[in-house]
Amino acid sequence: MKKILVLSLLAVFGVYLAEVLFKIDFGHQFFLNGVKDFYLTASPDKLKVANVVTSIVVNFRGFDTLGEVTVLFLATTAMSSILYKGRHKLGERAVLFSSSRIVMTGSKLLFPAIILLGVYVFVHGHLTPGGGFQGGVIIATGFLLMLLSYQDYQVSHVVLSVVESLAGITFASIGLIGLLNGGTFLHNFLHTGVLNNLLSGGVIPIIYIAVGFKVGAELTGLIYTALNEKD
Amino acid sequence: MTGAAVYSVVQRDLLYAVIGTGVISLILSILFLFLQAPDVALTEAAIGVALTTIIFIITIRNTVRYEEDSNRHSKPASK
Repeated sequence: MKKILVLSLLAVFGVYLAEVLFKIDFGHQFFLNGVKDFYLTASPDKLKVANVVTSIVVNFRGFDTLGEVTVLFLATTAMSSILYKGRHKLGERAVLFSSSRIVMTGSKLLFPAIILLGVYVFVHGHLTPGGGFQGGVIIATGFLLMLLSYQDYQVSHVVLSVVESLAGITFASIGLIGLLNGGTFLHNFLHTGVLNNLLSGGVIPIIYIAVGFKVGAELTGLIYTALNEKD
Repeated sequence: MTGAAVYSVVQRDLLYAVIGTGVISLILSILFLFLQAPDVALTEAAIGVALTTIIFIITIRNTVRYEEDSNRHSKPASK
């Protein structure tokens, strides 16, 4: 009886989903007029930002991004406060496997390259695909590699929270300076520069670098807390 | 991709099931790249393949690895 109920519910859901999916052909332009033309012309011409996604995420919809960063901050704080049970002893961290010398040396070699890739991704967020979130996650992955390979590798919670707080303050204060200068929150008050230059787009690179540091610090702290969890 | 999805649902060893979901994310990120959405592809590759898989594996290490008969439809994840 329960199975029949579940199956019929799934069938109803599937019918509606399929109806919506088959109405629009694959690759068909559904939104013919709207704000997309404004974004597509304004971000290279006015803001001098080559990556339209970045200009939408950080400038046109920057306030939403601040909200997203806050959500991520709250989620990590909640998970850390649940999992954090006190300091573990040195070398007590239970890893999945005891790493061999090859793994340790290889991760030592790979770690700077991963960090460099993450920094590249969020510094060039306004020129190439990627941005603060992606770069921050890549940096967190690099720290994860080190934490898994080395039993006694430590990450300082104080440094992490200082970096996180400074990045958050930078984001919010840039928004407030824009409010004072141009009348709107996150108003682009800096000189926008030349299209496709590294120093272009006004406040967009600064905000994305702040977001990158913030996400990287948060996720590193999250992984560190989860790995050190004792039961 | 569908094969990996079915595999990770059917598989009783949760470690293999998590790796199946990682494979789904990998193929999905390649698909995003082909659909000219490199931003989304980067996000999917970083979060879906690396971070989610690792958090699930840490969870499995702290709980149990194999599914039991009594709770076949629920993963014993303590998220």
